[in-house]
Amino acid sequence: MTLVSPSRASRLALHWPHWLSLPMMLGLLIVGFWAIMTVAAPLVAPYDPLDLVGRRLQAPSWEHWLGTDALGRDVLSRTLHGAVHSLPLAVMVVALSVLIGATLGALSGYLGGWVGAVIMRLVDVTLSFPPMLLAMAVAASLGPGLGNAAIAMVIVWWPVYARLMRAQVLEVREREHVEAAVASGATRPRVLIRHILPLCWTPVLVSATMDLGQVILLAASLSFIGLGATPPTPEWGSMISDGASQFYSWWVALGPGLAILTIVLGFNFIGDGLHDYFDPRSE
Amino acid sequence: MMPATGTTPLFEVRDLRVTFEKRGRSLEAVRGISLHVAPGEVLGVVGESGSGKSLGMLASIGLQPRGARVSGSVRFKGRELTELPRAEMRSLRGSRIAMIFQDPLSSLNPVMTVGAQIAEAVWLHNPGMSKRAAMDRAKDLLALVAIPQPDRRISQYPHEFSGGMRQRVMIAMAVANDPDLLIADEPTTALDVTVQAQIMGVLAELQQRLKLGMILITHDLGVLAGHADRVAVVYAGRVVEEAGVNDLFARPGHPYTRGLIASIPNMASQTDRLFSIEGSPPPIGTLPPGCPFAPRCPMARDICRRDAPPMLFEGAHGAACHFAFDRAGRAA
Repeated sequence: MTLVSPSRASRLALHWPHWLSLPMMLGLLIVGFWAIMTVAAPLVAPYDPLDLVGRRLQAPSWEHWLGTDALGRDVLSRTLHGAVHSLPLAVMVVALSVLIGATLGALSGYLGGWVGAVIMRLVDVTLSFPPMLLAMAVAASLGPGLGNAAIAMVIVWWPVYARLMRAQVLEVREREHVEAAVASGATRPRVLIRHILPLCWTPVLVSATMDLGQVILLAASLSFIGLGATPPTPEWGSMISDGASQFYSWWVALGPGLAILTIVLGFNFIGDGLHDYFDPRSE
Repeated sequence: MMPATGTTPLFEVRDLRVTFEKRGRSLEAVRGISLHVAPGEVLGVVGESGSGKSLGMLASIGLQPRGARVSGSVRFKGRELTELPRAEMRSLRGSRIAMIFQDPLSSLNPVMTVGAQIAEAVWLHNPGMSKRAAMDRAKDLLALVAIPQPDRRISQYPHEFSGGMRQRVMIAMAVANDPDLLIADEPTTALDVTVQAQIMGVLAELQQRLKLGMILITHDLGVLAGHADRVAVVYAGRVVEEAGVNDLFARPGHPYTRGLIASIPNMASQTDRLFSIEGSPPPIGTLPPGCPFAPRCPMARDICRRDAPPMLFEGAHGAACHFAFDRAGRAA
């Protein structure tokens, strides 16, 4: 029997990093594109997003790839600039929600008792409102502006992580190595931080990745109804809102619509990929 | 009453009870365990699954599950542990009183290196120690429990160790601070038979060398034969017999102990069937009025079903049976 040298394709398959599945790669490409746009938009966008650069409501052409809006601004430039606001905002909102939610959830799960009960009732109350409605109410009472929209979204979103984290902590705290840590004389904070929390992050991480897309969607929704970004900020939600009133100029809403679609899809792909990667049952 | 043993016990448990409240009903899982361990002595605690042997021993050092109520007296070197503030109890655990658990895989933190875990056990009770010194000590401990290549092994994770090696790591953690008392909760149950003997060898050697008082919890009388000085037999949450190990095997006073001894497979005898005690232990909370073993006892009489037997002593050998040390009764 002769040794067959592996073909090019199988060699590639052999060295392919196993976390880099097809969806993961797509997701990274899409999200990577928009992430680059958050800094590079001013460099690559053909026009200034706020300038009136052409006739109003022009259909897509070589000059304006995605047409112009009702004021004559370039839709492509505005769409690319949209990432500058949406992406950092989403990352901030999710990071803050995870920080607050995971901390409270972990405390609730580990301490239990009345502290845990109070935290979880707070979570229940918050989650009993439809998220959009609650975000609208909070944003409306704070006034328009992306910062206020962010606060509203954190208030809506933290309970999700609190529940997730609590469930994880409840599961992990019963494991034997935790009992062994207690038996070796570890203090309660130490047991929580060193022996429980490190085993709880996986679902939170996966969920947070997918939620990045959801938060972008929610931010756009708030802007759509005028509670988020204020004009003339190029924000995807408010751009779609502009487009909605221009029924015969479909291209006005197309750019920001595609942007939201791809970025939500991208985050979902990455979340899925992470889930598969962390799941010990998957190949 | 407890016969005088001459030396003051290192660890003494008296009338320990563990109760669970469940839907208004209180279930007593441990119904008054009393035992004592002298310094440097190995006490075997043997009993079936669910007899309350592990629960009782864990509860005695404050490791009862949530929702369990513990009463009774636990004295360690003359100090009453049940009244100790939480912080003091914690500083005793892992330094003066150490524990080894049954399943060495789940008892090790999967996301910490073995070295970091042993070093943590050291460092917890020597807060002034540098991390580096704790790591060096961890290395020495790995060598102490005969793990080859401690320099390399120290930075590995538990999943890179075999079952026996993991249990050695657990033992290393347990003896990290030169404890006076080691509670080993079925240390070899989760291991292969060949590895069991090795682990018991390591434990026995360390026990001798460090003059450890040890409570060896097991359901395997065979393990105790070679390694325990005295044995306490637990049935339905209570000690039903206690004796020196040779005395126990030579003259078991309780029919349950006799049943356990008879159940040990014997290579010499050419029987087809292994002996087993009929029936199963009574579920918690549904104990018969008299002797809890009466329903399974081959020599139960009316008095057994009526009155709970007291602990009868013959020297230091005690058995909770109406007919303990009674040849006529045993013959029946």
